[in-house]
Formats: sequence, C-alpha cells, structure tokens
Amino acid sequence: MTFSEIKNKLQNYTVGIAGAGGLGSNCAVSLARTGIGKLIIADFDTIDESNLNRQYYFYNQIGEKKVNALKKNINSINHDTEIIIHDIKLTEDNIPKIFSNCDIIIEAFDVAEMKKILIEAVLSEMKQTPVISGSGMAGWGDNNSLQSRQLENLYICGDEKSNISKTNPPLAPRVAIVANMQANLVLEILLNKK
Amino acid sequence: MEIILNNRLEKFEYKSITISELLKEKNFSFSRIIIKLNGQLIKKPEYQTTYVINNDKLDIIHMISGG
Repeated sequence: MTFSEIKNKLQNYTVGIAGAGGLGSNCAVSLARTGIGKLIIADFDTIDESNLNRQYYFYNQIGEKKVNALKKNINSINHDTEIIIHDIKLTEDNIPKIFSNCDIIIEAFDVAEMKKILIEAVLSEMKQTPVISGSGMAGWGDNNSLQSRQLENLYICGDEKSNISKTNPPLAPRVAIVANMQANLVLEILLNKK
Repeated sequence: MEIILNNRLEKFEYKSITISELLKEKNFSFSRIIIKLNGQLIKKPEYQTTYVINNDKLDIIHMISGG
C-alpha cells in the first residue's frame, strides 16, 4: 500500500486511548501521523514537569490538562485527525460509554490496577473490540525483552516483568517503544480489515 | 488433570480445581491479574465458583505498572 492508500483506509477508523501519559500521548501522536481518522482520548490528569521525561508534552504546557495539550499537539501535526477529548477519570462504568464507537481501544494507564479495570471492562462489555495493553517497560536497555502477544481480543505489549520503582523509573525510550508497538498493532489490525 | 497454564503443560492431582484454589496453590497474587479460561474472561467474583478441568487452557496475566 502507498502512504496515501494507507491514510485513506485509516481515515475510516476510530481508536480510543485510555490515559494520556507516556503510552497514550506517544501512541496517539504516532496514529495521527499515520492518518488515523479519529481519536477518543480520556484522562483527568494535568501535566507535571516530571512527565516531560517521556510524555509528548512541552515545558510551556506544565499545569495544563493533558487532554487539552495533547489535542493541541496532535492538531499541529495532522489537522485531518479528529480528536475527541474527555477530561474524566475512567471507571468500570463509564469506559463502555466513552469508547462505545471505537474500533480498537488502547490501554495506556500507568497503574496496574487501572490496566486491569480497563481490560476487564472492554473484554466483558465490548466483546467485539480489540484492546491493546502496555505492560512492563520501566528502566532502560534490554530491547529484545519487549514483545507483543495476542490472547483472542487482548493484545499485550511490553516485557511483562519490569516494575516501576524509584531506581527503575519509566524512561522515554522504552515507554515510547511500547507506545509505538501498540500503535503498530493498531495498523496491523486495521489495515488487514476487508 | 492436565491443563495448559500460561502456555505450559501443568499436571495436578485433582480432577478439577477452582480458580481461587489454583491461584493459592501456585502463589499468584490476586489484585493485578487478568484471567482467561479457554479464551473467556473470568472476573474476580467468579474465581471461587469457576472450575478448571482436564485439557483446559488457562491464562493468568500479571499487569505491570508503568506507562
């Protein structure tokens, strides 16, 4: 496929992004660059200076709501991607409503308990919708441990073992690799659709 | 019984076992795991009432913080 064929096809699809931190912001930007039609992004957080080590925000955006800043940043990359934002804390109950029209949902939280809540909500309430999760990406190095695997409609990207801690923080390279593995899987799924 | 647990063959003395018993026996922590039995999501309230039997495929996926 040529890039214009790819863009024409991706324009028809909507991807939900649950969380606009390291995974969500980088994944959203890659999908917008590739020409995805619509992104539905939900997060309640504001940008902190400590986020700039891996998240797709800028120094002058500190203090802004992540969803507002991400919408602006994406708009200045690709006008053609429609961005719907929800400044809201996602819960088991509102997840199916907010992401109801999505072709694929990206799990992009930082805390494991929230990852579990999102995955279970999608697998039980939105059975036809694939969910792509990021799990295990703290620290640096060890490229080859970052993998993806599929269990029916659940896809997991990451090393599934590196926990974050004070001495093993999440850093730009591995977080962005996993975010882009998630985006890459979106392309694989959507571009294979008949 | 024999089951496939996380892509590996595992043998148990029992004919069947509940998911909660299996988690205890295998020392899995409860709070951050996704469980799929033969491809179907099993949520926490069902751990005590869902039995794993011979030839089942069980996936216990640990979610790891970071993102």
